[in-house]
Amino acid sequence: MNDKGKIVTGLVIFAALVSFPFWYNLGKAAPPPEVVLTDKAKAAKECVLPKDEIRTEHMQLLDVWRDTQVRDGQTVYINAKGKSYIMSLSNTCLDCHSNYKDFCDRCHVYASVDPYCFDCHIDNPKETK
Amino acid sequence: MNVKYMYSFLAVIVLFLIAYVGTEAVGLQWLFGVLIPYAALLVFLVGFIRKVMGWARSAVPFRIPTTCGQQRTLPWIRPNSIDNPSTAGGVVVRMFLEIVAFRSLFRNTRMTTKPDGRIAYQWEIFLWLGALAFHYAFAVVVLRHLRFFLEPVPAPIKLLETVDAFFQFGLPVVYLSGVVLLIAVAYLALRRVFIPMVRYISLANDFFPLFLIFGIAFTGILMRYFSKVDILSIKALTMGLVSFSFPDTAVLKGIDGLFYGHLFFVSVLLAYFPFSKLMHLGGIFLSPTRNLPNDTRMHRHVNPWNYPVHVHTYQEYEDDFREKMVEAGLPVDKPLAPAEAEKE
Repeated sequence: MNDKGKIVTGLVIFAALVSFPFWYNLGKAAPPPEVVLTDKAKAAKECVLPKDEIRTEHMQLLDVWRDTQVRDGQTVYINAKGKSYIMSLSNTCLDCHSNYKDFCDRCHVYASVDPYCFDCHIDNPKETK
Repeated sequence: MNVKYMYSFLAVIVLFLIAYVGTEAVGLQWLFGVLIPYAALLVFLVGFIRKVMGWARSAVPFRIPTTCGQQRTLPWIRPNSIDNPSTAGGVVVRMFLEIVAFRSLFRNTRMTTKPDGRIAYQWEIFLWLGALAFHYAFAVVVLRHLRFFLEPVPAPIKLLETVDAFFQFGLPVVYLSGVVLLIAVAYLALRRVFIPMVRYISLANDFFPLFLIFGIAFTGILMRYFSKVDILSIKALTMGLVSFSFPDTAVLKGIDGLFYGHLFFVSVLLAYFPFSKLMHLGGIFLSPTRNLPNDTRMHRHVNPWNYPVHVHTYQEYEDDFREKMVEAGLPVDKPLAPAEAEKE
């Protein structure tokens, strides 16, 4: 006597679980989304940091901005090129990139990140100085 | 210095360098990003199924009642129906608890010698704690990574991410499971290095998976929080892997070598899996001391490898010698046939 039937059932379930992503996406290619730049962003030509850096490090820059702003009271950030920016998500970043749905959200949704920044900063786009 | 862990450690470092140099200097992104992961997944699945089918071919052994509770006997003695089950239902509960709570490991004891020379057994819980933390953290990490392989990302995966990032510190938000995984795997490895008795019985194939998983967690944490990688290109690649529509070579070339090191580690882990002790993932379900009910007195167990033995029964023996037996006055089950009796 052996338990081949039960074991094969278990193996089929296991194989189905392991290959689940293949079934789930069956035939659907999912290329990364294109972000839409507003006219204002296009006109500015460059962001606070070079494109590659801002793409991967914007969240850390914002974290540093928040701490510097709140703890040290500094409000101006000067980048490597010597250009100065107000350290503010709402007034600097979202000023150019005012199209949240077609800019921020595109990549965030694709990569399944849900930053809590926008819990406040999207319903209240303009901070009062 | 111990060759068993030094070789494993060096092997993991060399593996990382192979992938890092192979992509950053040689430009083999297609090899490390697409071909090796597919090959590894194939080896994993085929190897896993072959191994388990090999186990399935062997006969179910006699019940091994290594029990931790009162066996079911007389109606007025209360049986322990989970730790010493006599029914399939009890076995299901015992197996479930074994798999999700590692109860066998919970009973771990350590033998020590007291100063006066007496031997004492202590309850040793840290292996159980470390193992539990490690397995659950690893499970959460694996499930979280489904966000790279599913589009759109299903709600349960998002919920898991939210819970994992519950304390909301750091940006990107720190996932607790990654930190717990790194600490637990480091503990499980250092335990084998620093406890002399455990070091004595540890082999290179005990250290290698621990270092490999440490490498996976370490490179993962490095990519998320410190040396940043382009997450969108990575998801383009991983989605390409599961939907067979790959991004351009330029996209692959744009991903940092650190990611290919991480992916190569995972590929090595998958390919190594079916040939290693890691097969306890499948083996736990087939552990005979856990998955068989203790019903030896209720069901007859026929030895499955019995070959047919020619048996000369008593009845046949009596048929052979009945006349002589009656002659000698021995009792017989079946009396002589009347014709034969007349001859007397």
